[in-house]
Amino acid sequence: MTTVYEPLLLVIVLIPVLALIPIVITRRNPNLRESWSLLAAAATIVLVLSLVPRVLESKLLVMPLFECAPGIELAFRVDGLGMLFAIVATVLWFVTTIYSVGYMRSLKEHGQTRYFCFFALAITSTLGVAFSGNLLTLYLFYELLSLSTYPLVTHHQDEEARVAGRKYLIYIVGTSIGLVLPAMMIIYRQTGSLDFTGLGILAGQAPTGMLGVVFLMMVFGFAKSGLMPVHRWLPGAMVAPTPVSALLHAVAVVKVGVFCVIRVVTEVFGVELTAALSFGDVRPVTIVRCVAAFTIVVSSVIALQQDGLKKRLAYSTIGQLSYIILGATLLTPLALTGSVMHIGMHAFGKITLFFCAGAIYVAVGKKNISEMVGIGRRMPLTMICFFVGSLSVIGLPPTGGILSKMYLVRGTLDAGTYAFLLVYLFSSLLNCAYFFPIVYKAFFCTDEERQWDGPVQEPPRWCIVPPVITAVLTVLLFVFPDIFLGLADVYARSVQ
Amino acid sequence: MNHEWVMQSGWISQLPALVVIIPFFMAFIVALVGWSHEDRAIFLTEIGLLLSFLASIGCLFVVVEHGPVSYRMAGWAPPMGIEYRVDFLNALVLVVITSCSLISVFFSKAIVQRDFRTRKEHFYTLYLLLVTGLLGITITHDAFNLYVLVEISALTSYALIAMGRGRAAFSAFQYVMIGTIGACFYLIGVGYLYVKTGTLNMSDLQLLIADLHDSRAIKSAFVFIMLGTWIKMGLFPLHGWLPNAYSDAKDSASCLIAPLMTKVSVYIMLRLMLTVFTPSYVFSNAIAGELVLALAVVAIVVGSLKALKQTSLKRMLTYIIVAEVGYMVGGAWTATASGLTGVMYHIISDAAMTLCMFMAVAVISFKRGRDTFDVLPGLYKRMPLTMAAFTVGAFSLIGIPPTCGFFSKWYLLSGAIDAHAWHYMAALIFSSLVNAVLFFRIIEKAFIEPVHAAGAEATVIEMDEAPLRMTLPLVFVAISLIAIGVCTNYIVRAVIQYAIPEGVG
Repeated sequence: MTTVYEPLLLVIVLIPVLALIPIVITRRNPNLRESWSLLAAAATIVLVLSLVPRVLESKLLVMPLFECAPGIELAFRVDGLGMLFAIVATVLWFVTTIYSVGYMRSLKEHGQTRYFCFFALAITSTLGVAFSGNLLTLYLFYELLSLSTYPLVTHHQDEEARVAGRKYLIYIVGTSIGLVLPAMMIIYRQTGSLDFTGLGILAGQAPTGMLGVVFLMMVFGFAKSGLMPVHRWLPGAMVAPTPVSALLHAVAVVKVGVFCVIRVVTEVFGVELTAALSFGDVRPVTIVRCVAAFTIVVSSVIALQQDGLKKRLAYSTIGQLSYIILGATLLTPLALTGSVMHIGMHAFGKITLFFCAGAIYVAVGKKNISEMVGIGRRMPLTMICFFVGSLSVIGLPPTGGILSKMYLVRGTLDAGTYAFLLVYLFSSLLNCAYFFPIVYKAFFCTDEERQWDGPVQEPPRWCIVPPVITAVLTVLLFVFPDIFLGLADVYARSVQ
Repeated sequence: MNHEWVMQSGWISQLPALVVIIPFFMAFIVALVGWSHEDRAIFLTEIGLLLSFLASIGCLFVVVEHGPVSYRMAGWAPPMGIEYRVDFLNALVLVVITSCSLISVFFSKAIVQRDFRTRKEHFYTLYLLLVTGLLGITITHDAFNLYVLVEISALTSYALIAMGRGRAAFSAFQYVMIGTIGACFYLIGVGYLYVKTGTLNMSDLQLLIADLHDSRAIKSAFVFIMLGTWIKMGLFPLHGWLPNAYSDAKDSASCLIAPLMTKVSVYIMLRLMLTVFTPSYVFSNAIAGELVLALAVVAIVVGSLKALKQTSLKRMLTYIIVAEVGYMVGGAWTATASGLTGVMYHIISDAAMTLCMFMAVAVISFKRGRDTFDVLPGLYKRMPLTMAAFTVGAFSLIGIPPTCGFFSKWYLLSGAIDAHAWHYMAALIFSSLVNAVLFFRIIEKAFIEPVHAAGAEATVIEMDEAPLRMTLPLVFVAISLIAIGVCTNYIVRAVIQYAIPEGVG
């Protein structure tokens, strides 16, 4: 694998944070203020996409920054996984900015300048994680992301936000300081390096019980991945404005969590060592697999019982994240390809669902599923988008979701773990069970049940265009999955 | 014998003396001039500290370029005369003291003006003498001279603390009693050393003690000296005086005392451990090492837990200092190179962090009249700059990269892992988590909690920031927390790594 020096990586990470300056300066003119976010998002998309061809040629783009302490360096490095994640984050940032404008203005939210500032900061942190070339850089941007999203989660500054924000910090900052930091230090003292190489920082070390503990500390320490029992922050964080839930809690933040878990498996421990770790009879990787499988099933069951639409989506996200974790810990190339692809595929589907949930709230002020019977008459386009998004999350054609799920399922067959095959399939059924009734009831209901009727009254244009875009993209990803498939494939081959 | 660079002539050779002499003489000038022209006191103080700061920077450059520098007071050769010596261990500490005191005096002008309607020159004279004492402690290479300077800094700080509000006189009295005991212990230890070796120069002591490792008198001397410095730095369970003294002092004084006093005491401990007794002697007794480490762990845990119970900002910070002292003592007694690097780095970073936090709290109580938690609601709107600096300082104390607090923890944790001191490692992590709780509780209150005017609805909050003369230094210190963190590589490579004695694992 050839390594290419690429200063653009730094530029890409810095663009969102530099956009803060004009955003703050032009805070009195909202149209101008938001155009900076859009401009920055567009610029990052173009730059990120310009790097794709070389990554697809299996080139490794690197950008060492500086040594912050002897032997520990801040460095950027992008491979297939980082590239895929960066594409997802920047494209959806652009769409979400459009959506934010519609949503925040329609609801006359306060503190919009602050909102857009921290949003940009969160994107910088996300891109930093995507491009991180070693564990320290990863940790730094992971923490920055936790901190920059706190004001977004607590945006409403009321009692509910306070409770949610507190939970958010306890789970996310608590685990990263309490588990990841010591685990990282132990790894550093043992190997003297934190650099990702594709083989694993710890590759070649004896699989001691201590490293098994470190492995579990790492996996559960990145609590943004929503693995049970450190998932509780995510449903709480749904008090945030919907664009925040959409981009951060379906895409950026939670995907950073699973991204880190994939990195832990493939780049920190390496596939071989991860497989070799054991505590006598029990293998740590089996523990993680079982917890992930448990999370998939239980979160789907909990999602069934939720009446709040965003809450249901949140539990659905928890389950889908564990798809990715389970896929990564199956340790077969196909499953890994599947879980990397699923980062992208799920993101487009789930963000569509969140956009629709927010659009319904903007248009008619309803948050609960039981209040949406017959709403398809009033908002047909919104509900069609919702349908497309739910198809993708369930994993049905013609949406991208089926492709990644196919790979995950084939991965379980490769690994010979039929129990997990059943978990994936059973969970898909549950997904159908918690999504289809919403869509069905929205369009087909008896006249007694009907709560909404025509005439058609879609939400404001800025709120309806984004879900249409992402719904179309979800379908396009089914027809043209080449970029995501290629990147996931490059990555899976590079770490075996 | 010693191969250090003894400068023969030129004004550069006077730098080590100038660092200490300038604030010393300026103290008298301030006292005299201030008698008739009270308003010039602050200006003269700033000039004196600025010159001293420049001299200390000069010393640092000379040390980095040429290695340790020795200066003989009045030309008398040691062991008869007093030797000043700037090496890799204290060059940075000097800069920390001069820069912190300079920033703090510049910052606190308005506070001093409010606190002292008249006789401001008394405050500034004491302030300069305290700085002189701290600088002297750091630079001197003579064990007895060190004691004298410890007393100078102690006496001035007693006076500065006693000027405070409410219970300050009582707190200062408590501090006098405990502080005197600490100084006495130190003096007894030095007495033993002098009896056994006949010298007070630290380099000579090091050479002579090497043959006396079995001596009980030397062992007692070591124990007394360590106890003395621990009392002075407020290591648990000898910490009782510290929160009272620091929180009852006036903000103008505590912004100087809190960041520097404990750090200089830690420096004394390091100097005697590394230079006088040498690591091979200090770390030879494994059981003693274990005990001290356990003490440090308890200090960290107790300090953190006590901080949780406080309801005023300044008092909370003083308990964090108690925990931080535990960090540093523990780091030193891991007996590893990483641990010692961590302590030396933490002297710098903790001074900066503590300065930042005490300044932020001083601004808050200056504008809002007090520093209890009930002034917090709406503070991000009211005082955005101050709260931004406060937040950066808080992140540093929690240990979030790229602030300097993270890199302190990095080295201290490395030391803990290298020494297999898992309890110390757990304590460090625990303290980080407690700090996270402490500060996010405050951030949450300041960011989320609505402001209620008496009986009315939530009021519209107007921005009401402190004057620039206060906020600018504060923001500067907050930025420097990140700058120090980012420059860790340079600090460790250029200076700290040479301060680690050979033979430490």
